[in-house]
Amino acid sequence: MELLYYPGCTMKTSAKNLESSAVAVLRALGHELREMDEWNCCGVASSLTTDDLMHHVAPLRNLVHVEDQGHQRVVVICDMCSNTLKQTDTRVKARKADLDTLNAFMDRENDYKGTVKVQHLLEFLRDEVGFDVMRKKVKRPLKGMRIMPYYGCMLLRPREVAIDDAEEPRILADLIVALGGEVVDNPYKVECCGTYRTIEQRESTARRAGKIASYALGRGVDAIMLSCPLCRFNLDVRGKEAEELIDGYSQVPVMYYTQLMAVAFGLGTGSCGFETHAVDPIPLLREKGVIS
Amino acid sequence: MATESRRSEEAAQEKVPRLSGTLIDELQDLCDENVFGCYQCGTCAAGCPFIDEMDLTPDEVLRHVIMDRKEVLRSKTIWLCASCFTCAERCPRDLNITKIMEALRQIVLRSNIDETDMTGLTEEEKRSIPQLAFVCLFRKNVG
Ligand code: SF4
Ligand code: SF4
Repeated sequence: MELLYYPGCTMKTSAKNLESSAVAVLRALGHELREMDEWNCCGVASSLTTDDLMHHVAPLRNLVHVEDQGHQRVVVICDMCSNTLKQTDTRVKARKADLDTLNAFMDRENDYKGTVKVQHLLEFLRDEVGFDVMRKKVKRPLKGMRIMPYYGCMLLRPREVAIDDAEEPRILADLIVALGGEVVDNPYKVECCGTYRTIEQRESTARRAGKIASYALGRGVDAIMLSCPLCRFNLDVRGKEAEELIDGYSQVPVMYYTQLMAVAFGLGTGSCGFETHAVDPIPLLREKGVIS
Repeated sequence: MATESRRSEEAAQEKVPRLSGTLIDELQDLCDENVFGCYQCGTCAAGCPFIDEMDLTPDEVLRHVIMDRKEVLRSKTIWLCASCFTCAERCPRDLNITKIMEALRQIVLRSNIDETDMTGLTEEEKRSIPQLAFVCLFRKNVG
């Protein structure tokens, strides 16, 4: 099946490897991800004040273009884009007056009719592909790999746009099991990674990354699996910096779920772009026999 | 490493917008939350990941608003809040504290007071930090 997807700026810059590994695993599952035409930045952070409609223009324009391109669904790979697009979609579907104002403002665009479903790639994998189908695709199981799923905020909150339970999510844990790995649970799995505070509160973000992973380290974790490009930067790059700040702390590899799917499906590391990670996952994957 | 916080106390003192009405009046236009519903249970503070760095806990912020203590607009807390929505998810009174924090930031930002100063950023930071972090910071801390 052909799937229309919204990439967002990060897939074209710091998370090219999330996009390339997503395209590769979807292809292996028989689905072709096709990038939508005429997309723009979603604005990253959804506007939370009642009177501010201006910052909903950017997300809404993308949804208009999904309709223009004849689709009722758009798949989103970045957690922050997915959250922002969903929040705008939810708001305009709940408040007709806001939609009318926004449609009137965007006088060079067609009106948004409200027919689009914004779907995170993980939702598509869980709800439409299914863990059983993914399990059958596994050629190099993540056997003996102890992996901590990390959800962060954007998949789970606010509740109007959540894709799983806010306190006890399981979508990533179920995926780890389907890929043949062992799940290491961690109470910090739903705690914020520090997000944009990585700019102005760098050291505290590094300590936070160390704190999130430390609990799992005590339980013999080999790697962290997540989905958000900013969480990846904070847990991996800032996590590596935590080695200087926290006695005895040693950073484990941090990987996107799409990268672990790619190696488990036997697609190799070609689409994974591991060279951009602060901690190279390749030695671990070799040691566990997941790649040759 | 960059300095932990780029704002000085003196600068913070200068950064108080003059409000004609009460904080509650201002908030009403910015968010639909009934802050009087808060019963000060502290659940929001208990789950806030950044509580260690805050000068006021999220429940104290709410109390300040109720009592119209405008110095809340000078607190570090409203800028340290990263909109993680944990408090909003857990509040037993279903108050969206995340939105209230944003509204308080907006009161400051809309009086032409920005909170972020990028001048101390190193080349390495400009190169390495993903752009979505910058967009997000500007959306939150620049008017
Ligand atoms: S959790 Fe809700 S009711 Fe409890 S103190 Fe915080 S805002 Fe008030
Ligand atoms: S939304 Fe802000 S105040 Fe609430 S828990 Fe998160 S960081 Fe703390």
